[in-house]
Amino acid sequence: MLNKSPRDKNLLKKLYFEMLRIRRVEEKLTEWYNEKIANAPVHLSIGQEAVAVGVMAALEPQDKIVSAHRCHAHYLAKGGDLKRMFAEILGKATGCCRGKGGSMHLFDDEAGHVISAPIVGASISFAVGLALSFKMKGEDKIAVTFFGDGAVEEGIFWESLNFASVHRLPVLFVCENNLYATHTPILTRQPSEKIVPRVQPHLFKASDAYRINDANNVRAVTNVVAKAVKKVRKGRPCFIEACTYRWREHWGVGEDWDMGYRSREEGEYWIGRCPLKQLRRVLDEKNISQSEIDLMEAAIKREIGGAVEFALKSPVPSEKELLSEVGG
Amino acid sequence: MKNRIMNYKDAATEALLMAMEKDEKVFFIGEGVDNINGIIGHVKPAYKKFGPSRVIDTPLSENGLTGFAIGAALSGMRPVLIHQRDDFMLLAMDQMMNQAAKFRYASGGRHRVPLTILAFIARRSGEGSQHSHSLQSIFAHFPGIKVGMPASPKDVKGMILAAIFDDDPVIILEHRHTPMFEMKEIVPEEYFETPFESKTAIVGSDITVVTVSITFLNALEACEELVRKDIFPEVIDLRWLRPLDINPIIESVKKTGRLLVVDTGWKMCSISSEIVALVAEKAYRFLKCAPRRITLPEAPCPASSFLEQIYHPCTKDIVETAKEMMIEK
Repeated sequence: MLNKSPRDKNLLKKLYFEMLRIRRVEEKLTEWYNEKIANAPVHLSIGQEAVAVGVMAALEPQDKIVSAHRCHAHYLAKGGDLKRMFAEILGKATGCCRGKGGSMHLFDDEAGHVISAPIVGASISFAVGLALSFKMKGEDKIAVTFFGDGAVEEGIFWESLNFASVHRLPVLFVCENNLYATHTPILTRQPSEKIVPRVQPHLFKASDAYRINDANNVRAVTNVVAKAVKKVRKGRPCFIEACTYRWREHWGVGEDWDMGYRSREEGEYWIGRCPLKQLRRVLDEKNISQSEIDLMEAAIKREIGGAVEFALKSPVPSEKELLSEVGG
Repeated sequence: MKNRIMNYKDAATEALLMAMEKDEKVFFIGEGVDNINGIIGHVKPAYKKFGPSRVIDTPLSENGLTGFAIGAALSGMRPVLIHQRDDFMLLAMDQMMNQAAKFRYASGGRHRVPLTILAFIARRSGEGSQHSHSLQSIFAHFPGIKVGMPASPKDVKGMILAAIFDDDPVIILEHRHTPMFEMKEIVPEEYFETPFESKTAIVGSDITVVTVSITFLNALEACEELVRKDIFPEVIDLRWLRPLDINPIIESVKKTGRLLVVDTGWKMCSISSEIVALVAEKAYRFLKCAPRRITLPEAPCPASSFLEQIYHPCTKDIVETAKEMMIEK
């Protein structure tokens, strides 16, 4: 599929650019935290960029996504505005939620990132509701929900899967299996590391659930998701188990190998499968030069620089914001 | 424009059909909404007219359904989620309170969730501890979601329409107990919305009786008896717990000096606590005696008809309490 496409080279460059952008943005956030410019919790996606970027590459612009607490990569990969993201993380009035949502509530309606919400599993159901509305209105869109392996333990995941299947809704369920729910390993929480076999009976066909063993390989992600999306558009919900790994703390910008809940060796296995390094090898094979990569770095640096300036210079919310837009 | 005498149940049914006719974005979703009873008849006319694409029967997934409705609402629809008993809403607390109630605020006003949750309080002997409770006070705790309890045919129509066409989430709790469901009054035929205000149903001078849901009917009965004893109560049907329209209650207490709150729920951390607290804060020096409350006893509802019949607030409780308060200095 992908490899034979005449536009393959451009797509590969775009995939690399998008992953690099997420990585550099989160490295900037790391600086902010280390320099105490920011202090609210953030859940970094470093190491998991290929899932977000790979899925988005298989979507159409009109498709909608929802995310959970670890939402930076999804937001950025879907085309979310970086200025508004940085401003939101700093609690500024110019943030995507005017500073009142924070890093776990990122969204950008124009880009098609409808909402993020951090109660684990909760936002899965919103994608089902979006898909229901697309079906009712006859719109050619699909809804994609991103969540972690922990969300699979929540009742609402199964409620969502069941309803989407019964009503044949255009929903793509993307589970990023990074093996840990905060600090608890998956085998303490679930009977097997593999989620797909447990999901299969809930779908129209067992083959509508896909396991991507190395979802740090962005091309593999895009190829598999492109197949799934074709089915989803016809009203067959599909499930993707994207196996990946979180490099940093559950929340915060540091590493946590010394905490003892996971081993450095395990981490090194996945860091060795870095999404950027893997794709970089492919770019090298396609003779994409260092100078092209340098141009990408420079463009990202410029964008980040502008967004940092925007966020830092943005006004704080006025005191009246404390009680505004409450409703009810 | 025509006014007809209608009962509560038919007025609610009419409101639901009217909302569907008015706006194609309105749809109903819930467990058994299209079943043979059509949710005690409420949904039947709408189902007949619009069918299963807009009256969606569902798996048993209260929390999930609430989330699906929120997702659809975020996409421009006006979902009406129907629960046959409000007791089941506790399964959906995360979606109602963590999600729907907060999205407008946490998005700086950019997300709106025009979701209506319609549920029924099913008081009847044998329903017992998990099928007959009246849980409004918990729901009213959370900023960001409105809670209404219509206590008359006109209000049930106007409040359902106000809820469905509000741009924020609203919970409407109907009371299914026979005297409420069969209550008749003049109901305008045309579309109208009941404002988010309490209703001073009877003007009086001696004691302010604030009622919640079906206790309004008890207060009306109690009035007849109290008036014969030369006690003139002012009866205020709260209608909405959130937004809480407290000013008419404060003004009434300033006039009567006495406050009696009657609720279908428990006392602890409840709407009755809230009203007494607000009156204490805003009209303390006008009080001639301590405020009183008539509520459920602090126990779950028993199934046994022998116990159930002494469990709920009744007309006699209101009459006796009011008489006692008139004697107090």
